[in-house]
Amino acid sequence: MLRILGAIPTLLLVIALAFLMVHAAPGGPFDDERALPADVEANIAAAYHLDEPLPQQFLRYMSGLLRGDLGPSYRYRDHSVGELIGNALPYSLKLGAMAMVLALLTGVAAGTIAALRQGTVLDKVVMGFSMTGISIPVFVMAPVLVLFFAVKWQWLPVGWTGTTGMSRFVLPVITLALPQIAYIARLTRASMIDVLGRDFIRTARAQGLGTATVVRVHALKPAMLPVLSYMGPAIAAILTGSVVVEEIFGIPGVGQFFVRGALNRDYTLVLGIVVFYASLIVSLNLIVDILYGAIDPRVRYR
Amino acid sequence: MKSLRILGLFVFLGIVAACGGAEQPAGPPDTLHRGTPSDPESLDQHKARSTQAADVLRDLSEGLVSLSATGEIVPAAAERWEISDDGLTYTFHLRDGLRWSNGETVTADHFVAGLRRLVDPSTAAFYAQFIVDIENAAGITTGDIPVSMLGAEAPDARTVRLRLVQATPYLISLLTHPSTFPIHTGSLAEHGDGFARPGKLVSNGAYTLEAWVPGSVVSLKRNEHYWNNAATAIDAVNYHVLVQDTAELNRYRAGELHITSTVPAETFAQTREDYGSQVHVAPYIGVYYYGFNLSKPPFKDNAALRQALSMAIDREQLTDKVIGRGEAPAYSWVPGGVNNYEPPQSSFAALSKDERNQLARRLYKEAGYSDENPLSVELRYNTSDLHRKIAVAVQSMWREVLGFEATLINEEFQVLLSNIRDAEVTQVFRSSWMGDYNDAHAFLSVLQSESAANMPRYASEEYNALLERAAAQVNPEQRKLYLEEAERVMLADHPVIPLYFFVAKHLVSPDLEGWGDNVLDYHYSQHLSFKAAR
Repeated sequence: MLRILGAIPTLLLVIALAFLMVHAAPGGPFDDERALPADVEANIAAAYHLDEPLPQQFLRYMSGLLRGDLGPSYRYRDHSVGELIGNALPYSLKLGAMAMVLALLTGVAAGTIAALRQGTVLDKVVMGFSMTGISIPVFVMAPVLVLFFAVKWQWLPVGWTGTTGMSRFVLPVITLALPQIAYIARLTRASMIDVLGRDFIRTARAQGLGTATVVRVHALKPAMLPVLSYMGPAIAAILTGSVVVEEIFGIPGVGQFFVRGALNRDYTLVLGIVVFYASLIVSLNLIVDILYGAIDPRVRYR
Repeated sequence: MKSLRILGLFVFLGIVAACGGAEQPAGPPDTLHRGTPSDPESLDQHKARSTQAADVLRDLSEGLVSLSATGEIVPAAAERWEISDDGLTYTFHLRDGLRWSNGETVTADHFVAGLRRLVDPSTAAFYAQFIVDIENAAGITTGDIPVSMLGAEAPDARTVRLRLVQATPYLISLLTHPSTFPIHTGSLAEHGDGFARPGKLVSNGAYTLEAWVPGSVVSLKRNEHYWNNAATAIDAVNYHVLVQDTAELNRYRAGELHITSTVPAETFAQTREDYGSQVHVAPYIGVYYYGFNLSKPPFKDNAALRQALSMAIDREQLTDKVIGRGEAPAYSWVPGGVNNYEPPQSSFAALSKDERNQLARRLYKEAGYSDENPLSVELRYNTSDLHRKIAVAVQSMWREVLGFEATLINEEFQVLLSNIRDAEVTQVFRSSWMGDYNDAHAFLSVLQSESAANMPRYASEEYNALLERAAAQVNPEQRKLYLEEAERVMLADHPVIPLYFFVAKHLVSPDLEGWGDNVLDYHYSQHLSFKAAR
């Protein structure tokens, strides 16, 4: 309960900072090469309350926010920010969820295999791949994957080319998941090595249980604890990574609206998405904390 | 086993997320699929601003006049009109059988209401100054005069009368712009500002708004009540929002788009080779230029230096080799192909390249610069491959001919605009201007000293006076002469370096008929049809 209450000041601070930064950027939502005549500009500034002093604009925004109203988009003037996010969310959600699942399954599997075969060539190969996943940034990885899988070998579509179905998700999901696969693999490997060296594992082995059973029944759960606490940052990384991936593959998700909003100086849209992301990260971190307590009975919150 | 269960939960969620979800509406088989680079900001014609929004609005709504596929003015909602001898009164007669998409009759009141809402300060319309030539329009926008005093009235249900403050020969072409279209007062009263949504928007054009998924697609459906519905061949139009031109090209390649909004520059030659006559390139009413900041040194009061910089650029090489998509080199400010106008060419347009370079070098020295004392100047442009290529080419031309090294500064678009407005740090900057209507005034008014769009801050009394004289002319021939003289005066001052005139580039499916190239790049869906034989 205390944790939940503690999240609110964090959110407020994030919103205030974002508000300041967004207004500090040069240019405004209605600047264009087709410059507006002075009186037209004055009318527009009045209609969108941009002529008010900043603190007043902030209060106006906050009072709307408390009523659940994220405001109209300055750029997409027929739609409210809530609507735009709502439309874009399914795409981002699909992308993020699939990437997370892929990262977990592949990462844990790879890490476990590496731990079981510690010191062998297989271990080194797996860890080597994970290193490249961490070091190569998303905006380098994406075009390289597209070049090989889509353009050269033509196994997959180039982008969001309207081929309805799962094939157009493959490249974006892989691109997004790769760095996370790497981290999770490394985490799992280290943690699994540690767990496999413990007494209760030796006991299990001595009792005659096979490796697979030992891993599945006894070792996996404790080994997963570090991975679980990594889930919070992992989700945040997937969110921020999705901005780049959506832009590169042209997916009309929340990340792409975020980029458009920033470039268009669409204050309300950018702030709305910041609020959304911040709330998401804060609440997911909370869930992770609770899950941690569920998995490890030694850790409990009052 | 809890961890396995939790893992299972994740997998389950992932699978659930992966299944289902809304896909884009495919539309009936006779649907036209067009690409657009961005969502319309609004389908309220007074809140819209971009050309992309105008494209959709022209399919949804109709004004008094319209353009044919090849760009000639044709009667639309008005079947005929009269202009008074002094050019100050326009009387439009609406045709029979005009209906909104909900069956109601379109009356002259709807047109007047639309114009009033355009200038009303509380609407905060972006194009409020578009009809500044109509009586009292300017005073209304500043809030000094009530909206009802606008010089637009409906003496009866089928007549619209406009009173102007001066003879504005291009008024008819202004009326093809969506901001002047009529408004359905009933919807406005019922839904307020949110009337421009599917299910609420009532339109008087060839199509109605069926669906709108921001970031994805705008779907239009045939308006059965449109007066010319019988001539509309295509039942439904989908505007697909495709931000990246390469993605748009891929959709066209896959046969999913019939019309693209542009052709990617990087692969232009290859696309031309692959698609031949499906690639349409036509002159577009826009100019790409480098502006000088005339309020600060070194370009303030230094016409000789400005001319030297302008002359040293080989525009033919730019358009042929650097850009290479059929653009025309610009030796004037107003593009060619504009109604009733022959743009005067810069004095050096007729010289050979050698003569031009020699003269440029001489002027450069006259301005006080030399190899020992080279000019130091910053050239600003907004982030884009094309702008960078052109800037690098210009930089090397200046280096070769005049012997100085310009500093190239790449800025984000909004930052550049902000800098140009402040006129504090800019020296030479990249900009462009597109005409909203087919008249030289659309370009020449920009460099009038009071204009907000006057980026270089050019202020010439002679130029202003000539523009005023032209505005007072009723006789189009006289007006043409004054406008051309004004441009000649301005070009001799070199406040800007026009580089090239834009071209509109589209891929158009060979299955389509009725496509016409015109200088305003208006392509009404109602003019198009699918070829019968497949």
